[in-house]
Amino acid sequence: MGQGKTSFGRIVGLLVGTFAAGLLAASSALAADPLKIGFSMAQSGPLAGSGKSALLAMKIWAEDQNAKGGLLGRPVQLVYYDDQSSPANVPPIYTKLLDVDKVDLIVSGYATPIIAAALPIAMQHDMVLMGLFGLANNAKLKYDKYFGVAPIGEDPVNVLAKPFFDVADTLNPKPSTIAVITPDIQFGHAALEGVRNAAKGRNMKVVYDRTFPPSMTDFSTVVREVQAANPDLVFVATQPAQSINVARAIAEVGLNAQMIGGGMTGLQTTDSETILGPQINGLVNFAYWLPAAKLQSPGAMDFLSKYQARAKAEGVDPIGYYVAPWAYADLQMLASAVEETKSLEGDKLAAYLHENSLSTIIGEVKYGPGGEWANPRQFLIQFQNIKTKEPSEFTGTDHLVVVGPPELKSGDLISPFDKAAH
Amino acid sequence: MLSFSLLSNAIVSGLLLGGFYAGVAAGATISFGLLDIANIAHPAFVVFGAYCAFALNQRFHLDPLLAAVFVTPVFYAVGWFAYQLYHHAFERRGDDSMRGLAFFFGLMFVGEVVLILTFGVDYRYSSAEYTSTTFKLGPVAFPLREVIPFVGSLVILVAAQAFLKRTFTGRAILGVSQDPIALRLMGADPVRLKRIAFALSIALAGAAGALLLVLEPIEPAIGRDFIGRVFAIAVLGGMGSLPGTWVAAVMLGVIENLTSIFAGASWAPAVAFGFLLVTLTVRPSGLFGR
Repeated sequence: MGQGKTSFGRIVGLLVGTFAAGLLAASSALAADPLKIGFSMAQSGPLAGSGKSALLAMKIWAEDQNAKGGLLGRPVQLVYYDDQSSPANVPPIYTKLLDVDKVDLIVSGYATPIIAAALPIAMQHDMVLMGLFGLANNAKLKYDKYFGVAPIGEDPVNVLAKPFFDVADTLNPKPSTIAVITPDIQFGHAALEGVRNAAKGRNMKVVYDRTFPPSMTDFSTVVREVQAANPDLVFVATQPAQSINVARAIAEVGLNAQMIGGGMTGLQTTDSETILGPQINGLVNFAYWLPAAKLQSPGAMDFLSKYQARAKAEGVDPIGYYVAPWAYADLQMLASAVEETKSLEGDKLAAYLHENSLSTIIGEVKYGPGGEWANPRQFLIQFQNIKTKEPSEFTGTDHLVVVGPPELKSGDLISPFDKAAH
Repeated sequence: MLSFSLLSNAIVSGLLLGGFYAGVAAGATISFGLLDIANIAHPAFVVFGAYCAFALNQRFHLDPLLAAVFVTPVFYAVGWFAYQLYHHAFERRGDDSMRGLAFFFGLMFVGEVVLILTFGVDYRYSSAEYTSTTFKLGPVAFPLREVIPFVGSLVILVAAQAFLKRTFTGRAILGVSQDPIALRLMGADPVRLKRIAFALSIALAGAAGALLLVLEPIEPAIGRDFIGRVFAIAVLGGMGSLPGTWVAAVMLGVIENLTSIFAGASWAPAVAFGFLLVTLTVRPSGLFGR
């Protein structure tokens, strides 16, 4: 009995000691100098809708990480500035982050033009840069410490249009002409090149491929030009504000084709959906993630419930299917490299990110040599059966029908476009 | 091959959009053209007007056009106080060029931040059903979201022109723009007249903002898209001529659309502003300038 008491006492003592040591370790971690992660993020301007959503996701990650004791025994601190959706503001922000705020790590702001402006700064400082939702940012630079946070694969120029063309290949009659609507910026040119390549491989004729200036807001004339060219397919690759205005013009002009859409950034945000309502019906678009059964990785739904509980109060996209899980995964991947290498050095972090498979809330990620996903994972959705502009119409995924690839399909494509639109 | 449908739709669409630009530029024509005040924040006031109309729409379910009736007098008062501040801080001291410009730049950015903090950065829009309605006349489409701002802008311009040409105060404002010293010698108060004119220009911005809400979704920084165009229209129209403003705006709208058809949309701003440069070379005072 006495021995039993002694053992019990030892166990209790051990537990108390362990608990106290844990508390001490956690409190010393939080007392240590913070580990600063710096970035620019659009909080105003046309990219701000997604930028604000991404920032909330990153704050949730930082809180989760700090609850676990921080990184390398130090509390994580996010240091961020509003880039106002303007690439011109990005270099001075990153210069300040590195030279004045002395951040330890950097990640990019949201979308291709912002990443393009941050990448040279990362290269100058030989730092790892995670690029959130960029298209072909590293295709020409080949920087070995760049890692794209979007499932677009090592051939990013051609992969944006791939889900669109894969589904188009199943259409009957077989489409033979295509028109492209895209802005005169790097994102648009990369999309255009991808469409031209895909069309060439299928002996498809490109009947319209004029770009438009990024400041354009009325697209009725452009859409009518496309209508006059009478294409079988219309590929639209646009930035968030443009996506809304192009979709409106398509509905007003009454453009019809076998399939319309494909690369309309930001169209799945609640913001865009509630502005357009039924006008969005029939459009197809690329998607990276949805809370569908086949795409739910560990932690994804926990994150989503935390995000949705706070989103409305913070005035950001209340649903959060579009960019938010990716922004969380962005920091998850960087943190796992830091934790595993126990280092903040660019060389070590980049080597780890290149060599290992990374577990995130958006699934397992393996990078290829060019810093994009080794295995792309995009799919194509079609907006169907939307009847009103009420936000309640968009809370689930019933209106987002996955039409390809076959292994992820949740429904059939309605074609031609006007059949789904009405 | 260029079809009649494409050409006619491009011209009509350019006309409708150009007509709306005239409404946005009307206030700038008065402040910049008549009063020599480079109110770079004018498009920001337009966006403020749009948000006020949005707020009234959300709170009291007022249609944006009805909201304009309430927004306009409030903006007149705002313009009154803004001019008072500008006059005391800059104009009275003779610091009204570069410092005044900085003042309005500051107003623009402060205004944007206020809108972001109040309404957030998401796009806001009018829930009026007619914004999704399009009428067709043969092959030509008339989306109501473009027709209504066109007509509304025309009303704004005609009303402002009637005030300036047919009322005593309006004619005095035209006088102060030509010779303030002579007007002072005749016993009139140029500062008071300029205050009324500037308040009028901001009131017109508020009304144009309500029309902007009908035309397209708004976000706090959307006014930046209009800065170049608004001042180009004011200059091209003849610095102070409201009929000139309308003609210049419609010409720019149609030229942009025709350029889009013949050369591609990317060329549209370059050709439109090229037209501005050529016109000013041939006729430095603008289309309707004296």
